[in-house]
Formats: sequence, structure tokens, C-alpha cells
Amino acid sequence: MRALSRKLLRDLRRLAGQMASIAAVAACGIAAMISLRGNYDSLVRSRDEYYDRQRFADVFVRLRRAPDAVARAVAALPGVAAVEPRIAGFVLLDVPGFPEPVSGELLSLPADPAHGVNAVYLRQGRFPAPGRADEVMVSEVFATAHRFVPGDSMAAIINGRWQALRIVGIGLSPEFIYEVGPGQIFPDNERFGVVWMRRDALAPALDLEGSFNDLALTLTPGGSEPETIAAVDRLLAPWGGTGSYGRADQISYSFLRDELVQHRVTGDVIGYLFLGVAAFLVNLVLARLIAAQREQIGTLKAFGYGNVPLAAHYLLMGLAPVLAGLVAGSLLGIGLGRLFTDLFGRYYHFPSLHYVAAPGTLLLAAAVSVVAATAGALQALRSVIRLPPAEAMRPEAPARFRRGLLDRLGIAKLGFSIRMAARYVTRRPVKSALSIAGIAFATALLVLGRFFTDAMTFMADVEFRVTQQQDAIVTFREVMPSSAVTELRRLPGVVTAEPFRVVAVELRHGARRVRTSVLGIEPGSHLRRLVSSRLVAAELPADGLLINHRLADRLAVQAGELIEVQPLEGERLPRQVRVGAVFDELMGNAGYARLDDLSRLLREGHVVSGALLGTDGTADEALAAALKQLPAVAGVGFKKGLVASFERTLAESMGISTLFLTGFACVIAMAVVYNGLRIAFSERARELASLRVLGFERGEVATILIGEQAALTAVALPAGCLLGWLLCAATAKLFVTDLFRIPLVVPASSYLLAAGVILAATLAAALLILRRVDRLDLVEALKTRE
Amino acid sequence: MTTEAARPEVVFQARGLSKVYRMGEVEVHALRDVSLELARGEFVVILGPSGSGKSTLLNILGGLDVPTSGTVRFMDHDLTVDDDAERTRFRREHVGFVFQFYNLIASLTALENVALVTEIAENPLPPGQALALVGLTDRMHHFPAQLSGGEQQRVAIARAVAKRPDVLLCDEPTGALDYETGVLVLEVLAQVNRDLGTTIGVITHNAAIAAMGDRVIRMRSGRIAEETRNAVRASPRELSW
Repeated sequence: MRALSRKLLRDLRRLAGQMASIAAVAACGIAAMISLRGNYDSLVRSRDEYYDRQRFADVFVRLRRAPDAVARAVAALPGVAAVEPRIAGFVLLDVPGFPEPVSGELLSLPADPAHGVNAVYLRQGRFPAPGRADEVMVSEVFATAHRFVPGDSMAAIINGRWQALRIVGIGLSPEFIYEVGPGQIFPDNERFGVVWMRRDALAPALDLEGSFNDLALTLTPGGSEPETIAAVDRLLAPWGGTGSYGRADQISYSFLRDELVQHRVTGDVIGYLFLGVAAFLVNLVLARLIAAQREQIGTLKAFGYGNVPLAAHYLLMGLAPVLAGLVAGSLLGIGLGRLFTDLFGRYYHFPSLHYVAAPGTLLLAAAVSVVAATAGALQALRSVIRLPPAEAMRPEAPARFRRGLLDRLGIAKLGFSIRMAARYVTRRPVKSALSIAGIAFATALLVLGRFFTDAMTFMADVEFRVTQQQDAIVTFREVMPSSAVTELRRLPGVVTAEPFRVVAVELRHGARRVRTSVLGIEPGSHLRRLVSSRLVAAELPADGLLINHRLADRLAVQAGELIEVQPLEGERLPRQVRVGAVFDELMGNAGYARLDDLSRLLREGHVVSGALLGTDGTADEALAAALKQLPAVAGVGFKKGLVASFERTLAESMGISTLFLTGFACVIAMAVVYNGLRIAFSERARELASLRVLGFERGEVATILIGEQAALTAVALPAGCLLGWLLCAATAKLFVTDLFRIPLVVPASSYLLAAGVILAATLAAALLILRRVDRLDLVEALKTRE
Repeated sequence: MTTEAARPEVVFQARGLSKVYRMGEVEVHALRDVSLELARGEFVVILGPSGSGKSTLLNILGGLDVPTSGTVRFMDHDLTVDDDAERTRFRREHVGFVFQFYNLIASLTALENVALVTEIAENPLPPGQALALVGLTDRMHHFPAQLSGGEQQRVAIARAVAKRPDVLLCDEPTGALDYETGVLVLEVLAQVNRDLGTTIGVITHNAAIAAMGDRVIRMRSGRIAEETRNAVRASPRELSW
């Protein structure tokens, strides 16, 4: 068998280009699988360990205030393992050297900071000392964004009192793996941060001595979450409980869970599709090789080689490139996995996050590769086995062609190259269809590669350039009379100020309940526009609420129907309110009402939660400084900084994945086109040489050779654009959450770019083959039959 | 036809042709100092065993290959100084080829195979007429796979003559055919030579074919071993092998 092994090696070397292209496609698939699946495994492991070690809570609730005895009653409920009563609040932070005011979520540490529920992981420094109202700990991302080290100082306005704070420690919490401000979707770690204080220091500052306003608890193994939630809500109802919720409704948990599932699905889909393409290419190359080596196979059989060693010989030929791809793809996958995990770590924060390629993932990748290569080789191997030796020694009959549909449609009137191409395409419809599918898939990947960036950019445009017309949002610590807005108009640079009222509510319709908020604005507001995803303005109904489709679906309600609105603050009297209109909004889950309607609903006078400011942009720093000095202000958001931060985040997170999708798509396109052309060349070398002998010039012969592939590509491009659109649509569906949906925005430039990249890849592959046309040995081609 | 009195116009003039192939470390002398002339309208049979250099000679005359030394003139045109593009034009304008294995384009019908050449020729026969010439009018819409070997070779001849070439070069045109079919193909060649006045060079190892030529060149080991002239050309029907 040694001679056969040598033949194997030499054939592999002779077919190096084709083998390398198959290996590259397989490597991309394996790399996607290993990196993304490994990333998923690593993240799930890190997350579960983290949750476990820091005792991440199972149920969370905010309330107005309750004495500590209530917490003891909660702890006594069946199914409850541990309870952590806490003090929480939002504050305005003044960070030295950072002009804008920063929003902070202030949380009390557990009595035993390292061991309670939602224990904070200490990264640097120490926990604040008991009783020290001037010592705080900050979250690691917030510290990184402002280059804080233990010993640095900042200030906060707590309960209307300016207070200097010294950062003594930097930590991470399982509650804030994904750290976003209230109502935000994308993190902005410069403008929002988590700050921890000792409870005994924070309680007097917020007038909550001997009480708490936030509670987190863990369940015993087997403890029922719904039962516990119901019992906790009953207990806390007199104390202003806003309704407890489980991990699924915890922002950080649900973002992480959704993102992880998306990673895994993407990795598997790309992996299987690429290996499918590799299998197809193995099939193409082996089928051609076996046809070309008919006589050799016949001769070997005549010499007494059996079917098994011959089939094994060709099977190895198919396995070789895929196994090479497995090795390269595993290495690439591990590298990419590290990169993705690091990138992931910028948005999802763990005490330690390392990419580990689980042996199971590697084994799975190896198994899928072997199955793909074998499946691709199978049909070709059957032809080796079925070939009788005497038959093999005779020349192969000319390829059969028939006049097909295209002839009846009148292709005969077109040039020879088109006619020949059309007949080659229709002679083997399955092969042609698969080639088209391969190129179309590559095109679709390119379209998809740009989709996220385009969709996010569109969302940002709608949000920042259409919906949010204000330059800054000011939120008051507590509701203020509407005259406070007039005061804001006097601040430097402010041109207009519009009041708004936002209130946390639970909306009920039948058995459905949704916790959200209602935003009251002035009808015809210039600073806050309500528009649909198609940029059509939505009118605030004269009476009732305006809600978006997602909220309407969750409540199973239609325009015109009544829902119950239960405010989660103030007097909390539930009211029946009509859904005035439903509109298709991209982001958000709030309901909207006219400001005066909302006041009536809440039975309060002319009070507001904050104001939208329009500025002339000349005095932003002075405005920021002035706002920091106002004790009534709990939060300020400047749009300019928000937009910049969003764009930076988008570029960072999308850049790498777009790059890889584009690279992978090029590999597929080049591999399919190159192999298609290479095989066409091998099948037709003699014909092409004959044409050259008959006086056809190189260019004319090249046109004939490339015609078939050009025809396939011409069909594949529109098909790929359509497939790309469908992939984008499916992805948009996959990414719908309660908070937002990704708009199906695929600009013409995406299709053009995809088509351009595929054409460039086709051209590159064609150039590689055209060198062979130049070297065509005319004399040799005429002497040989094959 | 040629007569002794009127000196025939020389189409090809080869002087001192040598061709050395380098196969790895071995040099193969395919042609050694070969000189010959082909006159217009002449039917020349080049005879020799395999390896005698006859195919090399035909390839050089047809502009498919270049000699290592020596010169070839076609009319007043020096083929040895041409580059690839000029040799392509030479083949396109002046030469028709017929091969042992027909070399038809499998994806084109008989008629289309002929049209393939007439479309790039200056003053061709209509493709249908060329096929009529070889007796294939009723098969012209068939693909090569639907034709017998003899029919495929007649299509190849129709394709070669359809552009009215100055010279028709045939490399073992009957090599892959049985006797009956071979005779049929040779009859077509004789007819083309007679009716269209095309100069024809046939190379073969089949000595029986020699009788149908005006002139027979016998080659051995890259040299012209013998050159004879037939007083009377036999008709292909009279040949037997």
C-alpha cells in the first residue's frame, strides 16, 4: 500500500490549490464553531461560578421603606434561603475633571460585604469601613472609565446634600455584569456608575435608619420563585413594594442570557453551513479526480487492487483537506475565541473571564468535520467501486448534452460562449444549483455582516436625531412644581425647556401584567417626538395612552380597549385607562400620555419629574457646572456625550464581527468559484486547446471557460441578496426583546458592497485559473483523450 | 493539379528544421535537419512509425509549435519569428486541422461546431454546406455524444474545411476508426482536395494511405528517409489495410 500512499501525497500536492481552498472553508466553519461555542461555554461557566460564589439573588424588589422587622418576616417565608435588606437610591455624582454630571446608583453593602446576598467582589483596595459616610467603593468599569484608583475622591449630592466621597475600593457585582443606567440599553460607563456604601453610613443620609427600601433574596434549592414572589409582594404591599421580580426580569441577567444564546446559535449555524460547503467542494473535486483517473483506477483494479483500498485511497483524499482545515480552524478558533471573549469582557464584567476550548467542543468539531468530508466523498466513492476495470480502460464517451429549455428559449441566437455556458449549467443541474447556493450564501453573509451596523446606526439615528430632539435631560430627585422648569430656562445656554412627568406603573389587562413606566409630555412637544419605525409621527391621543406594539402584544390589548394602570408611587390608586393608539416604535417599552392627562390620572397638580432642555450649544460646560450645583437635580444626560459613547461602542463591538463575516464570506466565494473554474478547466482543457488550435485567441478561450462560472455568479448574486435580506429578517426576529427590536434596514449600499466583494473574489479566482489557460499545452492536449 | 510544365506555387517551405525536446535530463531529437516544400493543391502523405517526428513536423507547419532551429515559410511569411498571437492568427486565417480524436466541442451540435470556426473566418462556407460536403446534412443538430466516431470525424473535417483554409493538416485522421468508416473519411478528404483545391497534409503510420497522395514522405528517427511521387493517385475505395 506504500505506492498508493505516495500517489495520495503526490495527488494532494498536484491539487494543492483546490485542497487549500477546501481546507480554508472547513477552517472557517470549525473556527466559528470552536470560538463561539467555546465562548458560550466559557461565559456560562464563568457566570455560574460567579453567581454561585457571590450568592446572586433569585428575587429582587424595591419599596418605599419598611422597618427591618419586615425583612425578618420575608426571611421566614418558606423557600427563602437568605435575605439582604438594602438601601438604594440614584444620585448625581461630581467627578473631578469630568465636566458633565454623572448618574450613580447608590447601594448599601451587605453587613458582611464579602459574604451576603449579591456580595461584591473586591478587586482593589478594601471595603468601606463600618459607619464611614465618606468612604465608598465603585464598580470596576466606572473606575476604569474615569481612571479611578483607591484613594481618589469625588462628590455626590445625597438627599440634597453635597458630600465628598473617598474611593477606598473597586469591585464587581453579579447584579451588574452588564452595567447600564436605568432605561438605557447600551452601557455608558463614563456617565453611569454603581457606588457602594456601608448601610449604617448610608441610612442616616437617606433618612432610612432602621429601615430598608430594597431587598434581594436567594431561594432554597427547590424553593418556588412564583410562590415566593407572591408572598413577598403580600408582605411588602403596605410598605410601598413595587412588585418583586425574578432573575429573568433582572436587566443584567436577561441581557447576558440573550446575548449568550445568540452567540451559540450563530456559531453553530455558521459552523454547519461552512462544513456543508466544504462537503460540497470535496464532492466536486473528488468526482472530477475520479473521472480524470478512470484509467488509473481500471489499471489498479486490473492489477488486483480491491475496492476497499481504492475507496479508502480516495476517501483519504477527501478527508485530507477537511482534517487540515480542522487543525487550522481549531487554532484559529482558539485565537478568535480568546479575542471574542476579551471583547465580550468589555461589556460584560466578571472577576475573571478566560476562554477555554472545552474538549467536548473540539471533539464535536472533529466529528462534524469527518462526517462532512465523508458525506462529500460518498457519491464519488460509489463511482470508484462501481467502475469495472475493462470499462475503465476504454476512453470515456463524450459528455452528453441535450438541447434544453434554454435552447428552446432561443439561446442559439446568442454567442457560442453563452450557449456553451448555458448547456454546461443545465447539464448538471444539482451541481450548478449547489454552486449557486454556495456563492449566494457568501453574498448573504456579506449582507448580514453589515446589517448590525446599519440597523444600529438607523436605531441611533431615529433615537438621537428624530425622537430625542433635546440637548439635555434633567431629572429631579422628587417631583417638582412645573415652575421649576421655568428656573431651568434661565441657566446658561438654555433656549427652551419642556417639562415631563415619568411614573413607574404596572399595566394590567386580564391576567397580563407589565411593569413599565408612563411618560407624560406636552402635546406637540418639540424636544421629544414620537415616531414609528417608518419615521411616521405618532400623535398623542386626546384621551388615554399611546403604547407601542411590543407592549400591546405583552398585554394582549388593542387600541380602544381599557387597561388598568396602577402607579407604583404616590397614592397608587389603580385607574381604568383607554389605550388610545398603538404604534410601531423601535426602542422602549413605556406608555405615553399628555402631561395633563397623566396628572389627572395620578390625581396630582402641576408637578413634573424633570425637563428636556434645548440649548444653543455655546455654554455646555457652564450649564453642566450649574446643574451639578442644583440640589433638586438627580440626573443629567447630555445627548452629545451619549451619541459619541454609543458610536464608539458600536464601532468597537461591530468592527471585529463584520471583519470576520466579510473574511469568511470571501473564503467561501473564492473557494466555490476557484474550484468551479478549476474543475471546468480540467474537464475542458482539451476542448479549450482545440479551440486555441482552431485559431481562437486566449481571451476568447478564457471567455468560454469563465462563461459558465459567470452565469452561475450572475444568478447567485440576486439570489444571495435575497437570501441576505431573509437572513437579516430572521436575525431581526431573533433579536426582538421587550426593550427594543432591530429594524430590518438593509440599504442598497449593502447589496452593492456584497456584490462587489463577490465579484472581486470571483475575479481573483478567475485570474488564478487564467494563468493556466496561458500555459495550455496545445500539442499535448490533442494527443491525449483526457 | 500539378503538371511538370507549370511550376506549382509553393505554399510551405521548410529549411533545416530541428526540434529538440528536453524531457527532464534527456534531450529528445524529434526532428533533425528536415527540409521540404508543399505546393498549392497538393495532397501529401507523411508516413512513419510513432516517434519518427511526423507529428512534430505537422505541429510546426500548423503553427502549433516552433522549431529549435531552421525556418518555415508560409507563402512569404516567416512562421519561426512569429509570436504566439501571430501564430494564432495564422491558424485562424490559413490552417484547418483534423485530429485523431476529432476534438469536437461536446456542448455544441455538429452545426454549431462548424459555425464556431466559420464565425471567426473571413470568407467561409455556410456551415450547412460544409456538413453537406461530408454527407451529414441529416445529423447536423446532433451533439457529438449522439454521433458515431466516423460521423464525429466528418464533422471535424467539415469544421476544418468550412473556413476555406489554404491548407488542411490531418493527424492520423483514421487512427480511431474502423476500416469502413476510415475509407469514408478519406473519401471526404480526397473530395475536398479535388473540389476545393485545398492543400492537404496527412500524417499517418498506416502505409496503405500513402497510395492516395500525390507525394509520400517517409520519416524515420526525425529525418526524411524517402520521398516518392505517385504517378497515379489511388481512390480510397481501392485501399485496404
